[in-house]
Amino acid sequence: MSTPDMSVNLAGIALRNPVMTASGTFGYGAEFAEHVDLHKIGAFVTKGLCLKPRAGNPTPRIVETPGGMLNAIGLQNVGIDAFVAKKVPFLRTVDTPAIANFFGGTIDEYAEMARRLDEIPEIAALEMNISCPNVKQGGIVFGTDPSCAASVVAACRAATKKPLIVKLSPNVTDIVAMAHACVDAGADALSLINTLIGMAIDLKKRRPVLANITGGLSGPAIKPVALRMVWLVARAVKVPIVGIGGIMNATDALEFILAGASAVQVGTASFINPGAAQTIAEEMEAWLVANGVADVKSLIGALET
Amino acid sequence: MQFTSMILSNVEISPGYWRMRLTAPPAFSAATPGQFIMVRVSGAIDPLLRRPFAVFDVGVYTPPQSGSLPQPYFEMLYRVVGKGTAMLAALHETDLLDILGPLGTGFDQGKPDEEKLLVGGGIGLAPLYLLARELTEKKSPVRLFAGGRSRDDILCITEFKRLGVECYTATEDGSLGEQGLVTEALKRRLDALKGKATLYACGPDGMLNAVAKIAESYKIPCQVSLEGYMACGVGACLGCVATGHGHSPETPDYRCVCTEGPVFDSSELKWEFQK
Ligand SMILES: Cc1cc2nc3c(=O)[nH]c(=O)nc-3n(C[C@H](O)[C@H](O)[C@H](O)COP(=O)(O)OP(=O)(O)OC[C@H]3O[C@@H](n4cnc5c(N)ncnc54)[C@H](O)[C@@H]3O)c2cc1C
Ligand SMILES: Cc1cc2nc3c(=O)[nH]c(=O)nc-3n(C[C@H](O)[C@H](O)[C@H](O)COP(=O)(O)O)c2cc1C
Ligand code: FES
Repeated sequence: MSTPDMSVNLAGIALRNPVMTASGTFGYGAEFAEHVDLHKIGAFVTKGLCLKPRAGNPTPRIVETPGGMLNAIGLQNVGIDAFVAKKVPFLRTVDTPAIANFFGGTIDEYAEMARRLDEIPEIAALEMNISCPNVKQGGIVFGTDPSCAASVVAACRAATKKPLIVKLSPNVTDIVAMAHACVDAGADALSLINTLIGMAIDLKKRRPVLANITGGLSGPAIKPVALRMVWLVARAVKVPIVGIGGIMNATDALEFILAGASAVQVGTASFINPGAAQTIAEEMEAWLVANGVADVKSLIGALET
Repeated sequence: MQFTSMILSNVEISPGYWRMRLTAPPAFSAATPGQFIMVRVSGAIDPLLRRPFAVFDVGVYTPPQSGSLPQPYFEMLYRVVGKGTAMLAALHETDLLDILGPLGTGFDQGKPDEEKLLVGGGIGLAPLYLLARELTEKKSPVRLFAGGRSRDDILCITEFKRLGVECYTATEDGSLGEQGLVTEALKRRLDALKGKATLYACGPDGMLNAVAKIAESYKIPCQVSLEGYMACGVGACLGCVATGHGHSPETPDYRCVCTEGPVFDSSELKWEFQK
């Protein structure tokens, strides 16, 4: 069989294959250049950015849990100005779409970030992290309230012409309601899931392990939760879905595609194998060959129930 | 670099402390004292993350088969403290391990003529051996101050002595060397040297804090090797940070242990005694 067609289209960006890296697990791209041929993956997503540099949380910030890890990094990032000055020049050297993940503490900050990122030609698309507290509204997390989410997405939609991906939080009772709210407000695509909130306790010290007490769970442990949410949302909305959560190998990635994802993001797996995203893309292609599938797009949402 | 390594030996050198020798690719010989590796202890998802360990030594060995050429190896010294290290202790010769490294920024070896005082607490000796070896090769005067709870925690002293390093030991229970903390012997040596020396330290937080304080009061340079909870080892997760000198809750100052460290100049960091 000839080489299968691995390309997919994500809200107007052409990806050579459906495998991307997840925000916060791949630095700003350059950190992994030694381990991954960036030209062998579909796209990469930067660490979450905001207007001012952010120092992050006290330590311990991470702890391993069975089949996963909890993190409370606290969205440490260099800020948009340093990103433009120090990180964007690298993006120019790579012929692979770079997606900027961003967040804010208020609707205005989100919109300002969308405007700033819109001006950067090296950025192919924007991914909004809405799993952040709204400091003006008593800290309610944007991504847990449909009307809050709709307002912040609409404000960003008005601020950018680039494809706008909204990254959903799984810490909600009705993920489909959140998905509808974001799509109706102008999201071109949805990515899910962000980390699930959890905690770990040190019995000997009778204290939480993380300085922040709670943290976001990622890794293989969250895959079943993520698959279900992707499946539910993909059936409910018309925009493309990016599946995220515990993807360690091509089998995991293909399961998300069957559940309805047009592309996937590899997160925690890059910590364990810095070359994970590239390996997964290569193994996915091999799987298509072995199973006589000519075009990966034919598998999107092809789950038989 | 990421590579598959074969275990050449894995020996318990003291109760709970193991020394493992592994094959290395030729490029690994570029490892410098104080750098570390990230070991995938199993191919399964539990334990999920790699485990960081200091590079204890690097060298070449000749495989037993006749006509074999010398091959590079490296060694690590580890203490069994949990699931991952217990799994390492259960491995045998010829088993394979997935290794990422050498990683991080190691020790600055300073001027050769000045006396180097190495301070290690328990497993904290691990990154100091390669340092001692390189310093003695450069004819630097080197002394080791090794501390631990009991004699079982004082590791590889004969090896350090073989390099020509003068060794002082102190144990909290008095089972080996002086009873008490090894920092007392360190202070005596510094008094004798009239404060002309460089300190290198690795060990538990309490010891590092005491050594950093000594360095500050004697106004001498001091490098410390830190531990931090690590997921990636390559600067991507930002999980491993330590507090920098200017740190306060209002002015957070975090340093990335896996890339800027694990070795830092003690004056760059914020210490308990300064709070
Ligand atoms: C740069 C660096 C160099 C190190 N060098 C050595 C060495 O040469 N020899 C040695 O014995 N140990 C060394 N350590 C500590 C060693 O990494 C831990 O003891 C080990 O990870 C424990 O794993 P575990 O599964 O047995 O313990 P568990 O407690 O089951 O581990 C659970 C999680 O906590 C992390 N963790 C636990 N203790 C530590 C610790 N002290 N520091 C950092 N992470 C920890 C583990 O990596 C893992 O992610 C080093 C740590 C760092 C950061
Ligand atoms: C250390 C760490 C940092 C993260 N930082 C961000 C971030 O800045 N923005 C964001 O939208 N998601 C962030 N995430 C979430 C991941 O992008 C991803 O959604 C999540 O980890 C689930 O995927 P995984 O199981 O493959 O890791 C982070 C995850 C981890 C583990
Ligand atoms: S261990 Fe990930 S940044 Fe240091």
